[in-house]
Amino acid sequence: MKILVPVKRVLDYNVKVRVKSDQSGVDLANVKMAMNPFDEIAVEEAVRLKEKGTVTEIVAVSIGVAQAEAVLRTALAMGADRALLIQTDEDLEPLAVAKLLKAVAEEEKPDLIIMGKQAIDGDNNATGQILSTLLDWPQATFASKVEVSGSELLVTREVDGGLQTLGVALPAVVTTDLRLNEPRYASLPNIMKAKKKPLDTKAVADYGVDIAPRLSVLKVTEPAKRSAGIKVDSAEALVANLKTAGVL
Amino acid sequence: MAVLVIADHDGAHLRDTTLKTLSAAQGLSGDIDVLVYGEGVSAVAPQAASFAGVRKVLTAESPELKADIAEAVSALILSLADNYEAIAIPATASGKNFAPRIAAKLDVSLISDVIDVVSADTFTRPIYAGNALETIKTSDAKKVLTVRPTAFKAVTATGGSASVEAVSAPAVALKTRFVSDEKVTSDRPELGAAKVIVSGGRALGSAEEFTSVLEPLADKLGAAIGASRAAVDAGYAPNDYQVGQTGKVVAPDLYIAVGISGAIQHLAGMKDSKVIVAINKDPEAPIFQVADFGLVADYKTALPDLLKALG
Ligand SMILES: Cc1cc2nc3c(=O)[nH]c(=O)nc-3n(C[C@H](O)[C@H](O)[C@H](O)COP(=O)(O)OP(=O)(O)OC[C@H]3O[C@@H](n4cnc5c(N)ncnc54)[C@H](O)[C@@H]3O)c2cc1C
Ligand SMILES: Nc1ncnc2c1ncn2[C@@H]1O[C@H](COP(=O)(O)O)[C@@H](O)[C@H]1O
Repeated sequence: MKILVPVKRVLDYNVKVRVKSDQSGVDLANVKMAMNPFDEIAVEEAVRLKEKGTVTEIVAVSIGVAQAEAVLRTALAMGADRALLIQTDEDLEPLAVAKLLKAVAEEEKPDLIIMGKQAIDGDNNATGQILSTLLDWPQATFASKVEVSGSELLVTREVDGGLQTLGVALPAVVTTDLRLNEPRYASLPNIMKAKKKPLDTKAVADYGVDIAPRLSVLKVTEPAKRSAGIKVDSAEALVANLKTAGVL
Repeated sequence: MAVLVIADHDGAHLRDTTLKTLSAAQGLSGDIDVLVYGEGVSAVAPQAASFAGVRKVLTAESPELKADIAEAVSALILSLADNYEAIAIPATASGKNFAPRIAAKLDVSLISDVIDVVSADTFTRPIYAGNALETIKTSDAKKVLTVRPTAFKAVTATGGSASVEAVSAPAVALKTRFVSDEKVTSDRPELGAAKVIVSGGRALGSAEEFTSVLEPLADKLGAAIGASRAAVDAGYAPNDYQVGQTGKVVAPDLYIAVGISGAIQHLAGMKDSKVIVAINKDPEAPIFQVADFGLVADYKTALPDLLKALG
């Protein structure tokens, strides 16, 4: 079985977000970037399936700027076999990303695509579902458990009110939730090995898909700040304050 | 222009999320129809029909719709899509699961987590865990939106008398099989609709402690219980309790965070609450930067004291 794992380069989740004063976007100059945390979980799951012997090849793919090579190297260091960078300086919408990933899937013919449920920059939570639709493959989103069972994949999903288990026929698209696994850190020897693993670079134009944006960003602003309140020194004082505030 | 609102319900009642999505849809103006899907939805449809401004309520039933299989739900909505210029869906886990499929088939860009309808083609939505808000204008003729319920007031005006009409769910060759559900049942209010939420973090240390410490307080306040990611990951609370950027977004009148540090991913899910209380033994915990009332204390003594003080 072959797995394709799309990974996105995003602002590191620990970095404080700064909105540019001209309201044109978020300041990404000279800040730490990293693999989207949900995509790390996706890579980890693929590697675990490979370690169990069900998977023979893992291909990581990223669409983004030249520096996105770094997140692909991370994926390779975690255990992916090959990587593909579709280089572009444009910030693509999920629809365009999914169209490119569809073209990649048609070339690579994976049995399974595992990807993040959400990129923590745009917070769209859409690309996996769109890709599944475009490929006409079944989808199992927000996965907290994945099990191969013959030609079917059993996926436990985090849904409103609890959990749901679905059986999806392969090939399929799975998106990861936080509880699926805890991603490993790449060891130094594996980071060194990853430098020698194959990484292909292509251009968006190589795929001939329509990536024209549908959305124009009029402005990006900072949300209203919540002002810090007061410290109280006892439970009694807290209750008195809550009564005054009218919430008790 | 006509808008189709997809109802969120529990089989007997429309959820608050639906009433808030209706409110967002009113911002798009025009005729509003509501789709109620599932199985045995005859009790729910009239509730939707009773709201002022609802033109028509459509119902559709099948086992796949009840199981909320994304492929089935999106096929149903697509079969109706010709009649609408916009489709508004509550941004719940369920809505997020099927909404992008509709946008994909219509070849339009999904607009997720709308917090403000600026005009019929311009919307505001949070990005970067709510640390920035983007206002975007779409050039797509048809709009598919998910609506963040906490950003809108529930519609209240009733007196509507919309007709209720059954539509048939299109046949789809599913490659997905429903296996099982494992739902958490509770007599408490749902997180999304609760006026008061008591939320626990990693500090609680075990599932037993989480329950024995938070339940009495929640009982006293008629509150829902929430949790941080750390508490859910550690198995102290079910996944459905997670509040945050990638969990539930809540905005109750009162949010009490117990032993939660206040990471930005957690704040993203609760910082629009009316009054925030933080109980944490670390005076430097970031949660205090958003708390209206902070109590620097060990929860082990603070919570019994609080129960006593509440009488
Ligand atoms: C991709 C991604 C998505 C995420 N999504 C979410 C999300 O949706 N929701 C979410 O919550 N998190 C999310 N997180 C995790 C987030 O970054 C934090 O790790 C998490 O919120 C921490 O949980 P916590 O506050 O319970 O634990 P900690 O940060 O460990 O805080 C525990 C707090 O308890 C206090 N404490 C300890 N003992 C006591 C005591 N006896 N009495 C009182 N106080 C005490 C400590 O001072 C500390 O402040 C996400 C992270 C990532 C990377
Ligand atoms: N530019 C990209 N390159 C590779 N994968 C991506 C890209 N954008 C999104 N994805 C994948 O799609 C998932 C969901 O992203 P989104 O729909 O933007 O929240 C991410 O977790 C990635 O797995």
